[in-house]
Amino acid sequence: MSEPRPGLDLSLLPDGGVRWLDASGPNSDVVISTRIRLARNVSGYAFTGRAREGERLRMLAQVRDALSAVPSLSGSLLLRLEDLPLVDRQLLHERHLVSKELAGLDPQHPVRSGAAVFLGEGVGLLVNEEDHLRLQALRSGFAVAQAFDGVTRLDRELGGQVPYAFHREFGYLTACPTNAGTGLRASVLIHLPGLVLTKEIGKVLAGLQQMGLTYRGLYGEGSEVVGNFFQLSNQTTLGRSEEELQDLLVRVVRHVIEREEEARRVLVRDAGYIIEDKLWRAYGTLRYARSLTFDEAMNYLSGVRLAVGLKLITGLSVYTLNKLLIFAQSAHLAHLEGKVLTDSETNLARARYVRQVLLSEGSGVE
Amino acid sequence: MLCDNCKERDAVVHLTRIVDNAVTQLHLCEKCAAAKGVETTLSVPQHPLGDILQAVQQQASATSEDAAACAFCGATARDFRATGRLGCPHCYDAMEQSLRELLRRLHGSSRHVGQRYDAPVAHMVDKPDTLHDLRDRLRRAIDGEQFELAAELRDRIKALETEPV
Repeated sequence: MSEPRPGLDLSLLPDGGVRWLDASGPNSDVVISTRIRLARNVSGYAFTGRAREGERLRMLAQVRDALSAVPSLSGSLLLRLEDLPLVDRQLLHERHLVSKELAGLDPQHPVRSGAAVFLGEGVGLLVNEEDHLRLQALRSGFAVAQAFDGVTRLDRELGGQVPYAFHREFGYLTACPTNAGTGLRASVLIHLPGLVLTKEIGKVLAGLQQMGLTYRGLYGEGSEVVGNFFQLSNQTTLGRSEEELQDLLVRVVRHVIEREEEARRVLVRDAGYIIEDKLWRAYGTLRYARSLTFDEAMNYLSGVRLAVGLKLITGLSVYTLNKLLIFAQSAHLAHLEGKVLTDSETNLARARYVRQVLLSEGSGVE
Repeated sequence: MLCDNCKERDAVVHLTRIVDNAVTQLHLCEKCAAAKGVETTLSVPQHPLGDILQAVQQQASATSEDAAACAFCGATARDFRATGRLGCPHCYDAMEQSLRELLRRLHGSSRHVGQRYDAPVAHMVDKPDTLHDLRDRLRRAIDGEQFELAAELRDRIKALETEPV
């Protein structure tokens, strides 16, 4: 049997699910997006990993019934992941709308029954992930307070309808004890090419770990760092209030942004033409290559993004670059082409797509 | 490596002391280190996943808890060690002692200081168990060879089934 063709109608997604890409938020030349998620479980049910199919389905039904009284998700789109072909689940994951676990992308753990996502304007609710409920808000740029407001409102509304599992001492109870307490993980997706090129990154990452923050790749836990994109987030969730966790992230990320800006100044001062040559070559490759792997595309995009930040390349918007970051991934390319692609077809399609976007949206480049 | 002081627990703190130009090494478990007033760095885990697995492994000595299953979902401490995941919210009560210690290691604290939560009034009293729920729990108990729990659940199902409607 051949793999089902991609069929998800993306126009159904509220704001395409990618408004956070539009580079309208603060510091969006360095910080692509801010995400806050809250892990919650519904009392009276086994956690998802131990629940049987019937329990997971009843839990989903209970949440769905409650949503009529949750304004944050009024008119939200419900997607049952078990009903979607792999390529569509992968697409939602590429848009950072569902986790790898919920999308069942790991061949060892195929998508489970009852796995679902509700997508509203700027907020989402994942059901039957590792925890029953993962509430999340995504915002453009470095916007911790705004993301927190969005997710807190959803939390208050939903928690008033569905009984969360809460413990007098341990706070919100989660399947993995690493998330207990507030259940809050606040993260920013940040681009740090200056720190990587000046080899300062090791010190910065070690420093933030000492401050109680951790880093991951583009797609969170277990993902590789590519293209100098890092996801920085709080490491612990218990013993500090939600406000303290936010403050910590804001303080440390602000410092990291300053270090990145300083590193960029040093690069231009000490290695001006070498850097300029390197970044233009990155642009040239993206503009003319006929086949690009994902890692190649991310690394060259990182170079072009830095060049735009340094104003070496003009006429290209950060939004265009953000778009490439998401839309040049394999499931998005499969959607564009209307069929499931082999690896080499994906690389050809990626190069073609990147060329077209740079040609049509980057015409002001000298 | 065993603790130099109590010779019972694993040493997790390694001290290098220099006294009169002579270097000595002291290996202590967390408890003895704390008793000697040595600040441990365990409260700031460098790699959360590595730490949780290590901490979970270290609890292997708590064998008395291994056999006891959570009365709601049937999960045991052994299941937790194997997966790193708890079975249900009630597991936090069933394994309270060892979890408190684990949470302290993971987060540097075991006490939630954030937002408090009150369940909606309609749910303040536990909803009565439905046959569906009980049957799911029974199947899980049998899968996990928790036969005592399974027998109790079977009785409750029987009682519910024979209840006049």
